[in-house]
Amino acid sequence: MDITIPALILCLPLFMFLLLGIAGCKMSHKLAGWLGCLGMGTCLVLSYFTAFTYYFDPQFVAENGERIQHTVFNLTWLQFTDNLTINLGFLLDPISALMLVVITTISFMVHLYSLGYMEGEKGFQRYYAFLSLFSFSMLGLVVATNIFQMYIFWELVGASSYLLIGFYYTKHSAVSASKKAFIVTRFADLGFLIGILVLSYYTKTFDFIKMTSDPSWVLASTEGATFMGASVLTWALVLIFTGGMGKSAMMPLHIWLPDAMEGPTPVSALIHAATMVVAGVYLVARMFPVYMMEGAATMFIVVVGAATAFYAAMVACTQVDIKRVLAFSTISQIAFMMVSLGVASLGNGEVSHHGLGYMASMFHMFTHAMFKALLFLGAGALIHAVHSNDYTAMGGLRKYMPITHWTFLIGCLAIAGIPPFSGFFSKDEILSACYAWSPYIGMWMSMVAALTAFYMFRLYFLIFWWNNPDYGHHKPHEAPLPMAIPLVVLAAVSCVAGFIPFGHFVTWDRMPYDIHLDWTIAGTSIVVAVCAIALAWKMYCKENGLPAKFKNALPALWDWCYHRFYWDELYMFITHKIIFNGICRPIAWFDRHIIDGTMDAFATVTNKASYAIRGLQSGQVQMYVWVYLIGALLLAGFGVLCLIM
Amino acid sequence: MNITLIYWLIPSLIMFCCGVYGFITRKNMIAMLISLELMLNAVDINFVLFNRYLFPGQMEGMFFTLFAIAIAAAETALAIAIIINIFRSIKTVDVQGIDKMKF
Repeated sequence: MDITIPALILCLPLFMFLLLGIAGCKMSHKLAGWLGCLGMGTCLVLSYFTAFTYYFDPQFVAENGERIQHTVFNLTWLQFTDNLTINLGFLLDPISALMLVVITTISFMVHLYSLGYMEGEKGFQRYYAFLSLFSFSMLGLVVATNIFQMYIFWELVGASSYLLIGFYYTKHSAVSASKKAFIVTRFADLGFLIGILVLSYYTKTFDFIKMTSDPSWVLASTEGATFMGASVLTWALVLIFTGGMGKSAMMPLHIWLPDAMEGPTPVSALIHAATMVVAGVYLVARMFPVYMMEGAATMFIVVVGAATAFYAAMVACTQVDIKRVLAFSTISQIAFMMVSLGVASLGNGEVSHHGLGYMASMFHMFTHAMFKALLFLGAGALIHAVHSNDYTAMGGLRKYMPITHWTFLIGCLAIAGIPPFSGFFSKDEILSACYAWSPYIGMWMSMVAALTAFYMFRLYFLIFWWNNPDYGHHKPHEAPLPMAIPLVVLAAVSCVAGFIPFGHFVTWDRMPYDIHLDWTIAGTSIVVAVCAIALAWKMYCKENGLPAKFKNALPALWDWCYHRFYWDELYMFITHKIIFNGICRPIAWFDRHIIDGTMDAFATVTNKASYAIRGLQSGQVQMYVWVYLIGALLLAGFGVLCLIM
Repeated sequence: MNITLIYWLIPSLIMFCCGVYGFITRKNMIAMLISLELMLNAVDINFVLFNRYLFPGQMEGMFFTLFAIAIAAAETALAIAIIINIFRSIKTVDVQGIDKMKF
């Protein structure tokens, strides 16, 4: 493929960032907004073109039907030694082409939506500049040819996420949320970096194609090296996955994502629902053939994913802030993808069930991006209308905001897994993969799916039905056109995306195959979802005392869920009580008293000494002359004495 | 009587010592400046003398003296200007009264 278009896809958002970042303050809001949209729109067209060319042009299909991994360009960026080079390149393969489409679509929708949502905000141009920076970094991440390039862009998305969460930098909660997000993900990225270094130390390469095309070679290169009872490869993969856990908000590193909702809502839709948070899933998918070799690492992924999925779903059932419900739902859905990737391999170099889980995970990543962005943008429209994040301020909104209502409903149906909406198809594939791996994990995930349907419809009914509060003279208004268009487009995509024959495009071995719906599993999950929705309808359709009764019947459980199982408090305890008191305070004491004290002592001695002898500087010129003269005479006398002796 | 270098150096030395004495004892800054010039001229005489007696064929000492005289003139002008300015601001030229620069 020609180098121009892929290069443009990367350069255009970067250029827009520089343009809006540098010259933005000279522009009007409108111009900056439309420029941002134009840049992203062009990027969207180019990405679609690239993806379609890749998927449909026979030159990218090998003779045996396998889709080839095509390196469009790969420049040497840093050359340390002959072996150790860091490249920057553009890798085109099924998942990166898929992500190009997802990122540019959502990003463009968010750009458009923000024209309405952010209208009149202070720092509008800055906002668009950051959006462009984020799009650039995310695109760079997905097309990375080697793990180090991925790491670079990985940090860049982290930084732009930090900037955008803290967009309202005068708000204390936003500032602390952005710090929290940055520190937690940074902490996880430390693991990622160590993992990269360990892996590349043994394999002598950063390159994805080299590592994944023949993973048994990776296994062989680390043969025999063990650390603390586990092989080095397991350690490396688990550490790399730790980075993914941080970005994808897996337990126990999930704590930053709910707080990240302090950012503007379109940002939550773009970064914290659709694109950046699935970077961890993408990373594992990218390294999948290597993970496939390592039973312990995949087991770890499955356990973490399954635990997180359930935990987040439980918490989402009790939250009041609608964006937090969506945030926990995002965590839960990403955990679905992780589990799916984990169960796709048997952990001994074999793929379970034709790698169904891998395809399902990518499928769900795609559909989830669409419907979750839709839900977030819908939430944004609601917040824009009632000026509050809490559902307690809403109720009966279906009459005031029909477009938002219908699109939100589509999003809820999609995530709940009701056919024919997209979430049903992808979630069904995930459940099939889980059941194929182990019935226990399958049932566990089915239960989480039921919870998903329940909390989403709880949210839906509480917002759009429940009661009819008196909004007074400030009637909620329907979203303006720039906000309504993305909602409708994403809703339309959520309706039809499930019918894409995904197996033809993305599979673990890049060989196309036909997806079959397993109707025993699909039927069960439909029944389960419908039951959950019915329960939600019973409890929340009309204002009644049932939810309160539930809450009073299980006060402990409700409390734990409401307080997110006290994870934040646990972190507070560990950081403030143990780390701050046990480590930081002694170090600070040492710094303040020993290191600073030594320096202070020097300063004090100098000060005292100069104070003592300052009387010599009397200001009497003739006094100085006397001293000088006597000194000169003494020296001369000494010289003469030396001469004589 | 053969007039040697030493005969010339003695008046120069006396001049120099007068200069030093005046510089230390006089409180008036103008008088101090005069003393300073005295010292400078004593040194100039030495230059000429050493040139004349030790290196008769060369002219460096002479030139250096001329040079020093020119510089001294400029320096005196500068010093006078400073003294006038001091007088304008604190109404005295007594060197003991000027101790603003102490610690």
